[in-house]
Amino acid sequence: MFSWFANPHRFLTLSSWLAPICYALGALLIAWGLWQGLWIVPKDEYQGGDIMRVMFLHVPAAWLAMASYMGMAVMSFIWFIWRHEVADIAAKAIAPLGATWTALCLVTGSIWGKPTWGTWWQWDDARMMSVLFMFFLFLGYMALRGAMDTRQKAARAGAILAMVGAINVPLIKFSVDLFTSLHQDASVITVDGPKMAAVYLWPLLASGLGHSLLFAGLVMTLMQAEIWQRRAAQIRARLIAGD
Amino acid sequence: MSAAPIISAFRQALTEAWAGGAGALMPLGFFAGAAVLVPLGIGTDPNTLRAVGPGILWVALALASLVTLERIFQADVEDGALDLWLQTGAPASMIAAAKAFAHWLTAGLPLAILSPVFAVMFQAKADTSLLTHMGLYALGGLAFFFWGGVGAALSATVRRGGLLISLIALPLYVPTAIFGALAMSGGPGSTGAPLFLAASTLFALAVAPFAMGAALRLAAD
Repeated sequence: MFSWFANPHRFLTLSSWLAPICYALGALLIAWGLWQGLWIVPKDEYQGGDIMRVMFLHVPAAWLAMASYMGMAVMSFIWFIWRHEVADIAAKAIAPLGATWTALCLVTGSIWGKPTWGTWWQWDDARMMSVLFMFFLFLGYMALRGAMDTRQKAARAGAILAMVGAINVPLIKFSVDLFTSLHQDASVITVDGPKMAAVYLWPLLASGLGHSLLFAGLVMTLMQAEIWQRRAAQIRARLIAGD
Repeated sequence: MSAAPIISAFRQALTEAWAGGAGALMPLGFFAGAAVLVPLGIGTDPNTLRAVGPGILWVALALASLVTLERIFQADVEDGALDLWLQTGAPASMIAAAKAFAHWLTAGLPLAILSPVFAVMFQAKADTSLLTHMGLYALGGLAFFFWGGVGAALSATVRRGGLLISLIALPLYVPTAIFGALAMSGGPGSTGAPLFLAASTLFALAVAPFAMGAALRLAAD
């Protein structure tokens, strides 16, 4: 199955129509989610009044921060085992975007935390720390790739680091969980089904799906750019060689 | 496969720690520097010092490991020793583990052994708990050196890779730092923390050598 996607040409044909669809659908869903979230839904006094509307950005960002790290690790694994170049291109494309959404999650969380908890940053909150360390993992991954002198070495070093990071994430999560948590408990995905009122749930889900589609579209565009760059480098090398 | 290259890597790491300007004393100086500067920086109130002392020593231990790790694999890549070891067919992961272990012996263990002295300087009560703490520093230090070794192996071909090692190792140090500080806090959750610390160190010993080995094979290419 992976091999079918491993062909860069097939990827370019697929992404040439899939990426615009992702952008269009993502923009629609984010717009509807934000419009609902910012103007239509009633504010929740318990969560700090109007400031809780930042949730429609914060929760999708948190979801994407986690999903993108897992995506990067899975792509690294596929590249490491089967050496499919497209998987490495995907891992490389995910890193800066994942770091961006992780930073967005941290910033919106701080903005939400200040009026409701009375603090920008709380060191004994498990989730804030996990997300911060995930941000560092992304930065380390990008710095390591940037420091390698060839593309192959960058791919190998990056894959090793992403996999080591991925198996450490549960341990990091568990260790910071030992501290008492001040963060509210999970309220969308629980055993008994969503605890959240439907009026918030639907805009939130739309926003989350919209951000995911936007993210997927951006990943595909970055991957296309990388593939074209590699082809350009090949053509340049051939011209210099005088073929 | 023979064990000769692994033993050779281990002995080489031990001898080079003592050769040329007493490299093994450098982290010790770093550790002592932190211990002396902190009371000057945060004030000399005995209660404050007693509260922050164990934590400061954990931070100093983690930073001291980062200071020494920058060169542990770089020299072997540059002088060709790594290529020779790998040519014998010895597993790269075992060579890397031997080197990380040797560095812990020369730079991590001395810090743990001296920790009671620094703890007393931080106004800790001189009783048997200092010996327990010594054991915890030794255990946690082992995890620091193995995870730090992953960063060092990955950036072995990078010139001036110090910042890179720190950036890579920082998130990996988190569980050890948290369990270690919890174990010494005496607060809620501190009874199980030494076991968690031991478990996370075992995890590092099990996982880090393979990552280091893969990274060393990459560096040798």
